[in-house]
Amino acid sequence: MNRLLKVSNSPHIHAKDSTKKLMYNVIIALIPALIAAIYYFGWGAIIVTLISVLSCVIFEYLIQKYLIRGPVTITDGSAIVTGLLLAFNVPSNLPVLLIIIGALVAIGIGKMSFGGLGNNPFNPALVARVFLLISFPVQMTTWPVPSGFRTENTDAIVETAIASRRNEQSQLQATGDTDIVTGATKAIEQPQQQSKKYTDAVTGATPLGLLKQGLRSGKNVSQIMEQVPSHMQMFYGYKGGSMGEVAALALLIGFVYLLIKKVITWHIPVAIIGSVVIFTTILWLVNPEKNADPLFHILTGGILLGAIFMATDYVTSPMMPAAMILYGIGIGVITVLIRVFGAYPEGVSFAILIMNAFVPLMNAYIKPKRFGEEVKHGKG
Amino acid sequence: MKALKTFPNGGVHPPENKLTAACRIETLPPPESVIIPVAQHPGAPAIPTVKRGDKVLTGQLIAKAAGYFSANIHSSFSGTVSKIDSALDISGYKQTSIFITISGDEWIPETDRSNDLITEIKNTPEEIIQKIQDAGIVGLGGAAFPTHIKLKVPADKKCSLLIINGAECEPYLTSDHRLMLEKGSEIIIGTRIMMKALGVNRAIIAIENNKPDAISLLEELVKGDDDITVQPLKVKYPQGGEKQLIKAITGREVPSGGLPVDVGVVVQNAGTAFAVYEAVQKNKPLIERVVTVSGKSLKRPGNYMARIGTPVSSLIDAGGGLPEDAVKVIGGGPMMGKAISNLQVPVVKGMSGIVVFANGESGRIPYGQCIRCSKCIRVCPMNLEPYLLMTLAEKNLFERMEDEMVTDCMECGSCSYTCPAYRPLLDYIRLGKTTVLKMIREKNMK
Repeated sequence: MNRLLKVSNSPHIHAKDSTKKLMYNVIIALIPALIAAIYYFGWGAIIVTLISVLSCVIFEYLIQKYLIRGPVTITDGSAIVTGLLLAFNVPSNLPVLLIIIGALVAIGIGKMSFGGLGNNPFNPALVARVFLLISFPVQMTTWPVPSGFRTENTDAIVETAIASRRNEQSQLQATGDTDIVTGATKAIEQPQQQSKKYTDAVTGATPLGLLKQGLRSGKNVSQIMEQVPSHMQMFYGYKGGSMGEVAALALLIGFVYLLIKKVITWHIPVAIIGSVVIFTTILWLVNPEKNADPLFHILTGGILLGAIFMATDYVTSPMMPAAMILYGIGIGVITVLIRVFGAYPEGVSFAILIMNAFVPLMNAYIKPKRFGEEVKHGKG
Repeated sequence: MKALKTFPNGGVHPPENKLTAACRIETLPPPESVIIPVAQHPGAPAIPTVKRGDKVLTGQLIAKAAGYFSANIHSSFSGTVSKIDSALDISGYKQTSIFITISGDEWIPETDRSNDLITEIKNTPEEIIQKIQDAGIVGLGGAAFPTHIKLKVPADKKCSLLIINGAECEPYLTSDHRLMLEKGSEIIIGTRIMMKALGVNRAIIAIENNKPDAISLLEELVKGDDDITVQPLKVKYPQGGEKQLIKAITGREVPSGGLPVDVGVVVQNAGTAFAVYEAVQKNKPLIERVVTVSGKSLKRPGNYMARIGTPVSSLIDAGGGLPEDAVKVIGGGPMMGKAISNLQVPVVKGMSGIVVFANGESGRIPYGQCIRCSKCIRVCPMNLEPYLLMTLAEKNLFERMEDEMVTDCMECGSCSYTCPAYRPLLDYIRLGKTTVLKMIREKNMK
């Protein structure tokens, strides 16, 4: 017998699961939302997504190869996920240069500066989004209206959007509001329909933007609701917003896929959505003239995208179910606080980043109850 | 069928691959010589009572237990002691072994070798425990803990339940399954013998429900008796772990660092129950056991009654020889078994199977960063945090590992099995556990 045998410690078999598979499952789960984004925003969505994903992967490659001079791990899919999420978190008409800057911030500052995958305390895509939002508020709050590849059908929607825009602008001029939230409207003095460049898309405010502006200008909620799309339209995605966050239905399909594939557990998304519903219901019941209904809050802005895809990022979220729920409630409550009492119309990104900071603390103090621990303590 | 039970936290479900579930137990042809290690149990090695050139009979005592956790060793064939020397065992280390050149199979006269079933238990509890100790019986599930020690309930503890472990949760292994099917009546009597020794009037035979034939056969055998029942279990690894099995059946948690008897339970393996029957009713010492020989590329996988000391290569030859593509041979199951470095190592009391893996079926993959997916925490049956324990071991923070209860780890391997980054969690946890146990020993000595 002169055959050489391999010797290693047990276990000798491994589940057919890998980081790569998990990442590619997240990518698959993001596809419905990507299709919806392309359907609503046309070429803009395709260009922004491609540039974002490509630059994230290229930056990760360059940094790993030439700066860190370590192994290159771009095939694990995590840079693609970051690229997709970054694209989903920006308007579909964001100029190319800004996307590339965003990707550099996400990968370079958000991820690689901490040591790469597994070491970053904050969600890289959100670091980039918030960086862009603060640095380029005008471009980051200029929301194209969902008009897809511009057919006759969508033209009608565009017409309505333009009309509502004009109407709003005149009102704003009347009230003289100069707050940051109106940067969006300021940027589109003259809505154009005939332009060829994707960055010149027809733009309009998000429902949350309209709500904030409307309340500032003294309108009550029922008046504002006449200007925003119906709940059903918002569920399908007919609303302004970041390209990946508009289609609630598509995001929920992705959620179901992630649950079936056991990539994530229900705890974080349900805690976030649940706490938003509870908090906004209380506000709504107290004063329905000043506060929007809970369903409006769930269907608008980045709640679903954030709850399903951003807050559940393994690296930056807690590990124990109890901590996950606490983390989710924190995100939900901070989001509503920002939306209702803050300067920004939307606060999911900030809420997630703030709660990311508490994750190491939660991991250190919220631990599983060890097997046989209670009995031991009972005796001692 | 009764409602299935299982333990609530953790566990994994590796592919079962019970290729040999339908293979009857065959008797292996005798090899030319056997190598019998004197340490086949966790305690001190037994002390040889024979010397070079001595003639021995099958079943004759050749090494005597040395200390409380030690167990007797008997010759598995009749022949001549050719030498007492160190030899490689399954762990990969050399240890004292008794080499016997076989001349035949002449048994010690007191053993009853007939096939008659002896139902009546004549011995007193003390006699039973003595007979089990004399026969050198150890737990045949894998840990090889001396059986007679488990049957002596400490004066300040009370035992009310005996659990017979027929879970066999390791993939590939079917030795307990076949034994329950073919020696069901003997296992029931063995169970009764241990109940008498423990002074309990209740026993539960726990079997995972991927063995429905064994469950229905044993249910048939205990029909009308209310002292022994059969409990089907949901298939989940590591259900055969003592603490998990007790939790699954009684809902009680053995305290950290404690023993099953602390919650009034004693667990014995189904194979052990058979060995107890043979020792007490037939005066037959533990010199053979059922070994599953399995592997997808093996020509004739099967279950074999193998004498202790038989080289592993004889078993593989019986299975059709080592396949061309074989790269790894495991003593035990794929989750907790040891990789064998040399096929001349002998079969020992605790070896329930030999699994042959072809290239690609087993092997290490370069590992990546922990992405804190928390899957290791979710699968840990002891509710530990394997990701954290590995990080602490990497940084040599052993005091903190002690606080994180690393000593509770039973090395089931569920964490390493699950980790999507292929991190060698259990390797580092073992390092930490060994170091922490050493630290505790040193502290206690001072």
